[in-house]
Amino acid sequence: MRIALFVTCLADGLFPDVGKATVTLLERLGHEVVFPAAQTCCGQMHINTGYQADALPLVRHHTEVFAPYDVVVAPSGSCVGSVRHQHAMVARRHDDELLATRADEVAAKTYELSELLVDVLGVEDVGAYFPHRVTYHPTCHSLRLLRVDDKPLRLLRKVRGLDLVDLPDADQCCGFGGTFAVKNADTSTAMLADKMRNVLDTQAEVATAGDSSCLMHIGGGLSRLRAGTRTLHLAEILASTDEAAP
Amino acid sequence: MTTFLGLPVHAPRGVGHLRGDEPFPDAARKALANTQLRRNIGHATATIRAKRAAVVAELDDWEQLRLAGEAIKTATMLRLDDHLEQLERRVTERGGTVHWARDANEANEIVTRLVQATGESEVVKVKSMATQEIGLNEALEEAGIAAFETDLAELIVQLGHDKPSHILVPAIHRNRSEIREIFLREMAGVDPELTDDPRRLAMAARAYLRRKFLSTKVGISGANFAVAETGTMVVLESEGNGRMCLTLPETLITVMGIEKLVPTWTDLEVFLQLLPRSSTGERMNPYTSAWGGAHTLDDGSPDGPRDFHLVLLDNGRTATLADEVGRQVLNCIKCSACMNVCPVYERTGGHAYGSVYPGPIGAVLSPQLTGVEDNASLPYASSLCGACFDACPVRIDIPSVLVHLRAQHVEEQKTARRLPTPEAVAMAAASWTMSTPKRFAAAEKASRAARVLGGKKGRISTLPPPLSGWSGSRDAPVPPKETFREWWARTRDVPS
Repeated sequence: MRIALFVTCLADGLFPDVGKATVTLLERLGHEVVFPAAQTCCGQMHINTGYQADALPLVRHHTEVFAPYDVVVAPSGSCVGSVRHQHAMVARRHDDELLATRADEVAAKTYELSELLVDVLGVEDVGAYFPHRVTYHPTCHSLRLLRVDDKPLRLLRKVRGLDLVDLPDADQCCGFGGTFAVKNADTSTAMLADKMRNVLDTQAEVATAGDSSCLMHIGGGLSRLRAGTRTLHLAEILASTDEAAP
Repeated sequence: MTTFLGLPVHAPRGVGHLRGDEPFPDAARKALANTQLRRNIGHATATIRAKRAAVVAELDDWEQLRLAGEAIKTATMLRLDDHLEQLERRVTERGGTVHWARDANEANEIVTRLVQATGESEVVKVKSMATQEIGLNEALEEAGIAAFETDLAELIVQLGHDKPSHILVPAIHRNRSEIREIFLREMAGVDPELTDDPRRLAMAARAYLRRKFLSTKVGISGANFAVAETGTMVVLESEGNGRMCLTLPETLITVMGIEKLVPTWTDLEVFLQLLPRSSTGERMNPYTSAWGGAHTLDDGSPDGPRDFHLVLLDNGRTATLADEVGRQVLNCIKCSACMNVCPVYERTGGHAYGSVYPGPIGAVLSPQLTGVEDNASLPYASSLCGACFDACPVRIDIPSVLVHLRAQHVEEQKTARRLPTPEAVAMAAASWTMSTPKRFAAAEKASRAARVLGGKKGRISTLPPPLSGWSGSRDAPVPPKETFREWWARTRDVPS
């Protein structure tokens, strides 16, 4: 299958290994990955902070860039959530019904990574090898906006060598919330503290999730504590093999 | 009696409890430092969450019930004017009197006048959000009328000279040893040997309240629902104290928001299933009371209150109804399920929201009743995690309304201010940068300068404001030597 990668601005600029892992994984499964180089950002930060007029050109640009492709994948529940649940809304708020329709068309063929693997490609065992103790944090938007349910866990359970341990209170938000982490830094940190306590209680070496943003938050807190647990994106674990480990 | 309601107006300033003294982040910072509060609320919300989850899981048609609740409320709101007039006709036919209050001031004036007309100087109250919203107790006190809260938790709050912090469990921030101290200090005639055994505490409150019920001639209530087809008000409660207030006094005054209507008893049936399971985590609440006009027995003697008044309160509700996205918030049945699942509420408690309506529903209701600029920090008091939407028995899409109100705030700032805020400048710059790939790639390159901040540590521990809010408790990643798009261009044979 020919799959267009929407790498997300965060992975592009700060976590390129997540994008590379997504490419490696999909190519290993025999698919063709294309990277539309004109892509930038879905505009979620603008929308969720209240700047919908500033988000409009980003929504328009994203829609134009990805309209020509049949299947689009992003290694982020949150960015896919924005494309699926917010892009048409932003267009309609600015009375652009045509853009809303086209944005909905793009949204209908845009998948979060675990959705693409399990629902579209019908694969759970991706042939990965990752001999570590791992706990999985279901990010809020993948869980409650996209309803990916246990798809990421089904993928992780098939990874050879991986010791998967349940995260207590897994469905509680880590406190990131985009600009919430800065505007309400104290409350966000209180939420992060409980998430980190739960992660550390699992004694996992690696905490994983389907969103670089939440992992940046949890990982930033763990790093500050010198806690000895690192964060890796789900794609990085699924791309990992005997020969190439992250 | 009818009064022209006029153009939609917001809840007025200087009266009632819809606005806080400080923005949410500042109030939250203080609340987060209170470890007793966090322990009390964390324990209580976790307990109610588990109870709710268990009783919801018993029903295989829970999602259909939620859809029905949403549909009934939405349809009712679209014809609210018709239903309200029908309610007025039915209540009047049954011997009650209907009063229309445009805002908190009018409602307080009406109720004060009605109590004064009885010649009484004391009233007993059923737990009611609407009367707290308008600050009725304070208004009555100014007129020399003492209002006694009879809901146990409201009584604890009132005796403690405190504010409620949860709409269902107003004293959720107090534990039993704190309650014992309040009773010993404030409750007239209390046993000085009182312990913090819950039963002993309840018995002390019971003895105190029973004296009030038997001596007070005016009762004031709110309502969970009003059934338009018969002109019947309905209250759901756990203690039976509400029923005492609704039946013993000679005069009963009900203050109710205009959004509380359901057209028929068949509609009510849906909410009688949704509300107890969502709020207290019970299959059914212990007491459901319904009342209408004034009643007499066959021999002509009064049966319950001989005088009934219904005060219908707007106070920003018509303005909320005018907003196509925001109006769904009026569908709220005040169950508080959203509070109990909210990770923000669980850590800050209710006082930080500054309004009688805390938590996720408060963050979308208070700013709409007051106008968003009077509660501008509340729509941002959420990580948009979506747990509230999942828990809501009438499917109010709270995250979407939060995002909508944030947009309203930004748009109002734009027209109100001569100069844009630093945040608006940054957002416009980011939009300009990210609307073409060339500018975006250039910005990514420029951000590589931040690599020096990482030094040899490979992490960034301090950032300038406003990003210092991030680096105060978390390290930031060091930008990589090569972005993804640079890697792709370098390694793949694709024109970029």
